[in-house]
Amino acid sequence: MQQICRVLENAPLTPLVWKMRLSADTSAITAPGQFVNIHLPGLYLRRPISICDWDEESLTLIYKVVGKGTDAMTRIKPPHRLDLLVGLGNGYDTTKSGQKPLLLGGGVGVPPLYGLCKALLGEGKDVTVILGFNAREELFYEEEFKALGVKVFVTTVDGSYGEKGFVTDVMKNLDYTYFYTCGPGPMFRAIEKTAVTSGQFSFEARMGCGFGACMGCSMETKSGAKRVCKDGPVFEREEILW
Amino acid sequence: MVNTQVTLCGIPLENPVIPASGTFGFGQEFAALYDINCLGSFSFKGTTLHPRFGNPLPRIAECPSGMLNAVGLQNPGVKHVKEVELPALAKIFHKPVMANVSGFSVSEYVSVVEQLSDVEQIGWFEVNISCPNVHGGGMSFGTCPDAAAEVTRAVRAVTKKPLIIKLSPNVTDIASIAKACEDAGADGISLINTLLGMRMDLRAGKPLLANTTGGYSGPAVFPVAVRMVYQVYDAVKIPIVGMGGVSSAEDVLEMMLAGATAVEVGAANLVDPYASKNIVEALPRVMEQYGIKSLTEIIGAGHR
Repeated sequence: MQQICRVLENAPLTPLVWKMRLSADTSAITAPGQFVNIHLPGLYLRRPISICDWDEESLTLIYKVVGKGTDAMTRIKPPHRLDLLVGLGNGYDTTKSGQKPLLLGGGVGVPPLYGLCKALLGEGKDVTVILGFNAREELFYEEEFKALGVKVFVTTVDGSYGEKGFVTDVMKNLDYTYFYTCGPGPMFRAIEKTAVTSGQFSFEARMGCGFGACMGCSMETKSGAKRVCKDGPVFEREEILW
Repeated sequence: MVNTQVTLCGIPLENPVIPASGTFGFGQEFAALYDINCLGSFSFKGTTLHPRFGNPLPRIAECPSGMLNAVGLQNPGVKHVKEVELPALAKIFHKPVMANVSGFSVSEYVSVVEQLSDVEQIGWFEVNISCPNVHGGGMSFGTCPDAAAEVTRAVRAVTKKPLIIKLSPNVTDIASIAKACEDAGADGISLINTLLGMRMDLRAGKPLLANTTGGYSGPAVFPVAVRMVYQVYDAVKIPIVGMGGVSSAEDVLEMMLAGATAVEVGAANLVDPYASKNIVEALPRVMEQYGIKSLTEIIGAGHR
């Protein structure tokens, strides 16, 4: 789980969203939607970042600069080495997808859906993706999803790109067997109101340890208190208290 | 060969390294990573009479060389701990474990200790009268000598197992509280719990933690902890379990020189899941480096 990884690449995709690729033994990754917890120079707590994509020897992280930790990440240059805990959390369960899963990503919630999309395609599923952003300048990874050969819709709140509105404005007109999502709380609540099938939501939280020891990121669910880092970050729709 | 063995309240420990309560759960998360039987013991998650969800999120904040937590004693309650967690623990850990218990009234402390007293694997009770993150209990018992003595006496009456009282650093005179616990029948003192702290969220213009305040832990508090262990060692005859920011074998030796018989490792487990194991493994080498043959010899040896 713990390993020292070499940074291969670290560059901005948009003014606030960066992509970091690291060399890593990825054998600990068991599902898309899992995350890594990164120790950064000068900071005490590790920072949890979802895994966007991985192969046998490397993994890709996409992160938004929102505070000290992610800001420190932008200053890491290849070939700097970072101490990572790899393969944390449960990840998405692809076995429940049915034949036509729908993936909905909001802003920096988009990255884990990329690895999920590849996994679902690998299982022969007919995947549709909706990517939601506030505005055109925040857009990233549309081309990468398209290159996988899936149907991609983009929405922007201000209408500067794609369809004006929210991911749910597109969702309500689509036919799907199951959904997977990651993004901000208001988007989750809109999806909960709009969705006509079961689905899985990936949550974000300030974490202490990231591996289930400290109870720093607990949330109440219908089946009791759960740790976002260990029992999640992915929870099924039916488990969540809205 | 150096000797890392110490004896805590009559129970021998292979080494003095004990992961601290609240940073090690009931051992399962760490047992998945390494054989936790390499540890001296560990102090399990603070257990209360009733199940507790704890405080709202966020409960965690970054700090210079440390962290704030305001978990608020989330735990499944003593019944679940006794019926589910401890039988599961017995399968993976084969040494006496330290039972960390908490309460919101004297009778709650008594009830939890009573219910756990017949669990064979429990070697010591560590009575937490110092949690800064709960209201109407926890730390309020640990900031006044009379209240600390009252809890100690009441719990003393219901168990024969060694009783270690865990003290708060958020007091003006830690020595007088330690002495009050000793006089009331405690077999040991553990310290320090976290230092009460707060951070502001600049964007929200409000405290970062939902609980407003939290407990500060990590290497930043280590000097405070060493000082308080030193002071308490001068005040009591019973053994001390030292903790607060311990992150290395060198820190363990410092704590022991100040007067600790055993040493707990807390926040370090959260940033490095192998921290306690690494400290255990480094101890013999670091002892040799400083010419220490037996750890027992250095307990309190730093006093002048």
